[in-house]
Amino acid sequence: MALDPIILLLPFQYEFFLRAIIVSILVGGVCGLLGVYIILRGMSYIGHGMSHAVFGGAVASYIVGFNFYIGATLWAFVSAFLINEITRRNKIKPDAAIGVVTTAGFAIGVFLISTTRSYTRNFEALLFGNILGITDQDLIVILLVTIITTAFLFFFQKRLLFALFDKEAANVYGVRTAVVELLFSLVLATVVIASMNSIGVTLLAAGIVAPAISARMITSNFTKMVLSSTIMGVIIAFLGMYSSYFFDSASGSTIVLYGAAAFGISSLYAYLRKIYQRHSHGRLVHSHPHTHIEEHKHEH
Amino acid sequence: MSSWLWRRRRNTNTNRKIKDSFYSSSYNDDASSDRNPVLSLRNLTFGYVSHRAIIENVSLQIPKGMFIGLLGPSGSGKSTLIKIVSGLLKPWSGSVEYNLSNTTYAYKRIDKRFVIGYVPQIETVDWNFPVTVREVVSMGIWDRSGISPFLSKNIVIEIDRVLDSLEIRGHEFGKRQIRELSGGEQQRIFLARALIRKPSILVLDEPVSSIDHNTREKILSILKSLSKAGLTIIMTTHDLSGIARRLPWVVCMNKKIIAEGTPSEVLTDANLLKTYGLVDHNSEGDAGDDIAV
Repeated sequence: MALDPIILLLPFQYEFFLRAIIVSILVGGVCGLLGVYIILRGMSYIGHGMSHAVFGGAVASYIVGFNFYIGATLWAFVSAFLINEITRRNKIKPDAAIGVVTTAGFAIGVFLISTTRSYTRNFEALLFGNILGITDQDLIVILLVTIITTAFLFFFQKRLLFALFDKEAANVYGVRTAVVELLFSLVLATVVIASMNSIGVTLLAAGIVAPAISARMITSNFTKMVLSSTIMGVIIAFLGMYSSYFFDSASGSTIVLYGAAAFGISSLYAYLRKIYQRHSHGRLVHSHPHTHIEEHKHEH
Repeated sequence: MSSWLWRRRRNTNTNRKIKDSFYSSSYNDDASSDRNPVLSLRNLTFGYVSHRAIIENVSLQIPKGMFIGLLGPSGSGKSTLIKIVSGLLKPWSGSVEYNLSNTTYAYKRIDKRFVIGYVPQIETVDWNFPVTVREVVSMGIWDRSGISPFLSKNIVIEIDRVLDSLEIRGHEFGKRQIRELSGGEQQRIFLARALIRKPSILVLDEPVSSIDHNTREKILSILKSLSKAGLTIIMTTHDLSGIARRLPWVVCMNKKIIAEGTPSEVLTDANLLKTYGLVDHNSEGDAGDDIAV
């Protein structure tokens, strides 16, 4: 029984689906791009934590009657600033600062819901995403955030890379690492807010981390890692969104499952490459790429 | 005997390469004759916890082209002093002055980016970080290599020239991840990152602490050549016999400056007792080749 190609194009006849595809591609790409810097900073859970913190801001802005984006953005900026400052000024590692600040933000949201009981908005959409309910305003916000993030990472790439790799030397050579890190946190906060409606608070962390760690498995070159993580983010988001139509599943969770599958495949690739590159020097057996054009000089 | 001759020949080749390299021209203008202090440290006091100073009233005058070894045990304040000179730490009291082109700059006013070349302790580097050799060296000129994250052809040529002068073939190793290189090559990548800035003062924190003998000799030979070309070098070490005795100028410190001068003047039993609380019994016989500058 041959598959009718028209069936494959069926989802694209709906305007809401086309919009959802555009949004998921933008979100997937920007999360993949940003994810590289996040995992190299050792802050993989910042996306998860930040999205939880923003939940508090979203609820508070609803109750006060603020615009969602303004309220959540202010909340996210304060959270990002606090995480940054706690990590910089104290002997506390980033994961602990993320844990305290972001769960406090989430708790404030839950507290407000439980005490006011006036929150009637469907907060499941915030938690798990509702990409099919994307409005024109959401689309414009995501487009703007994608442009700002890409421009920031393009112009600040050298400073960010230097600060990530060797913060001390970066300071000696004139990189204002504290400013760069703060700006990065603010950009991350805007990406989290823009992505909340599409992928959801609970699944956003995987959207940020999965493409980046998959890219890390297949390359050790920073530029290649950035490019492949962005491309993977786009592909994962597209496939997840597209197939969710046929599976009749939640788009956010389908995208995350594709992300997990991408990590599994890239891990398998890395393992097979390691076996292929395995070689021995006397009793020493190890694996790494190099050409034997001169004596083996690696230290182990 | 033959291995000694081979080492001498190899070191001579390294020196020639350094002499011919692009950065020697930046330093060799009347380097040997100019002995005015390029760096003046006056009464520096600093600590990480209040009322517990790590260094106390440290004063040093460092002439241009001098190759200085800061010698002392762990916790003696060597790395802290290096960080103050590099501008990473602000002293509680005292002053740091850089004298460049006969103009003296106060510590606060000078843009340290154009003065200091910093080589960190190699143990602090994350070798799994996904960066290539060229990417690391390009960090040294992040502010003058254009806005684009991609390296231009001219920058790649400049990077490869520095790497080549340190005997790392840039065109071959440039695209490799830093972990794929040997210990000595890895150390030289960070030296290349510092030298590409064409600094006036090169600061190295324990550059030869965890590398094998041959690599150590190579690094010392490179540093000696740079010093001859007029670059001021400050290096910390805790290796008394292997390194300190072979440097042209040694500063013994343990919280305070205990003694400074040539190794024969400074590394006496009394000074070593004050610095380490011990006496070096290897002081004779195994000192190796002196680095005369």
